[in-house]
Amino acid sequence: MASDSRRGNPAVYAAVLALIGLMLGPVLYIIVGGFRTNSQITTDPAGLPDPWQFGNYTDVLASSVFWRQVGNSTIAAGVTTAGVVTLGVMASYVLARYRFRGRGALYALFAAGLMFPITVAITPLYILIKNLGLVNTLPGVILPQIAFGLPTTIIILVPFLRAIPREIEEAAAIDRCSRLGFFWRMVLPLSVPGLITTGILAFINSWNSYLLPLFILNDQDSFTLPLGVQAFTSQYSVDTAKVLAFTSLSMIPALVFFSLFERRIVGGLTGAVKG
Amino acid sequence: MALTPGTRVRAGGGVTASPPARRRRRGIGWAQRLEIAALSGPAVLMFVGFVITPVVMAAYYGFYRWKGFGVPTNFVGFDNYVTILQDKLFHEALWHNAQIVVLSLALQGPIALGLALLLNRRMRGQSIIRVLIFVPYVIAEVIVGTAFALLLQAGGAVNGVLRSIGLGGLAADWLADPDLSLWTLMMILTWKYVGFAVILFLAGMQNIPEELSEAAAIDGASYWQTQWRITLPLLAPTIRIWGFLSVIGALQLFDLVYIIWGQYVASTAGTSTMATYMVSEGRNAGNYGYGNAVAVVLFSVSMFIALIYQRFVLRRDNQHGQ
Repeated sequence: MASDSRRGNPAVYAAVLALIGLMLGPVLYIIVGGFRTNSQITTDPAGLPDPWQFGNYTDVLASSVFWRQVGNSTIAAGVTTAGVVTLGVMASYVLARYRFRGRGALYALFAAGLMFPITVAITPLYILIKNLGLVNTLPGVILPQIAFGLPTTIIILVPFLRAIPREIEEAAAIDRCSRLGFFWRMVLPLSVPGLITTGILAFINSWNSYLLPLFILNDQDSFTLPLGVQAFTSQYSVDTAKVLAFTSLSMIPALVFFSLFERRIVGGLTGAVKG
Repeated sequence: MALTPGTRVRAGGGVTASPPARRRRRGIGWAQRLEIAALSGPAVLMFVGFVITPVVMAAYYGFYRWKGFGVPTNFVGFDNYVTILQDKLFHEALWHNAQIVVLSLALQGPIALGLALLLNRRMRGQSIIRVLIFVPYVIAEVIVGTAFALLLQAGGAVNGVLRSIGLGGLAADWLADPDLSLWTLMMILTWKYVGFAVILFLAGMQNIPEELSEAAAIDGASYWQTQWRITLPLLAPTIRIWGFLSVIGALQLFDLVYIIWGQYVASTAGTSTMATYMVSEGRNAGNYGYGNAVAVVLFSVSMFIALIYQRFVLRRDNQHGQ
């Protein structure tokens, strides 16, 4: 396997390098641009910082607005993740390991949810949230996010849980372990990789989500980072450098989370595609 | 596979690796029913409450002229729908959506396939490359939109680079020129979402047994023959699933268009979509009844295309799925 004859092909490496440049160029532009001054950006929009300015970043890091938005985003993403994973694994366990009338219909119900991202439901959803009195509150964002995160989670977890060998369940039953005990003591520990995959996906989705907060959160104090970035962009539209600094700081958490767990995500998707 | 009355099948059909008979002999017991309800209940409640209910309510609100306060009373029948279907702005949005659906498949599919084949080779630094190619997908739409709006504006970095390397003739008003803007949008969409397709395809390729390409190599097949005759056919189910997700995503496209072009410019720049139409004519105009009617149209169009896709493209895959 390791002795693939094509491993050293320079053309392949050149193609890959060009590709990486294309993929990362805009990202680097944001990060590096934050180290420039506005006059540097105006005179040469594509140049490098000369000299490097750290003021934009330190200004953003010193602002309470930025940290409040980080806090809001963290709470929203954290609670959403916990909710999606908890509810998702419980429902997936039922779908994967119980036999009952209507199981296929239940699975189809959640699978159908995959077809309809939040866009379709956003207008009536806003009215529902308004009637519940949750406008401008984080729960108003978190509850719908949990609901809309369930389809992906269940689709990924069901094959995962189904793959746990019957023999383990039988052995547990012989040891007088109830189905719920089996779920708690065997299924949950065994499905940690799947839980991490779905958890990361839910976290990143929530961290990046725009449309739902745009409808639900109108009050500056309740803004999450994506709304904050947009508000900041229009507020400081002449201060491009600061906008770039704000933007690059706000994408760090999702990037860190993703790079830490990239293998898990790819592994989880492999399972889902196979299932 | 939906086996109907649970344990009856199980009791008689000991052929198919049936679960141990020592647990329960007949029917689903009360304890088990309770477990099923307790475990799946919360998820079902959330899903019905926040996903199904809004969609159903949209159908109801869509028959009213309503500003979003109190109970809707001004019943207008199908007036909202008639207006939508006659509105030139909606026609344009629908046409843009249609182009985005087709172009997303046509651009991202081949590019992602090529990249997945490239990255499926064993090479140094492979895992870091896989991380990097997924980076745009992980970055928020707002950030991507903000960055590209700055990069592509008339005095932005892209035109700056083009001028500095002597290609000033190619510099253009990427965002505002109606002849270009849809292609600009497609370029940004490809940049943002191609990584997702690549990861899906790579995951699919890892499920293809290595023995097959080894056997083909022994039989003297070239690299490209192997990919064409073995990898591609075996990857087809994955490609079909990706195509489905891509089509649905393209039909509901909102974030990037709204962030880059804003609600008013989108229609004049030729990038408006059904979803941006819905938000600007519904919520932003305060016409919630109308916005809900647009949501119903958007839902119906998506549903119609999803069913067609299921019926004609995914049918083969569903036979051995759930």
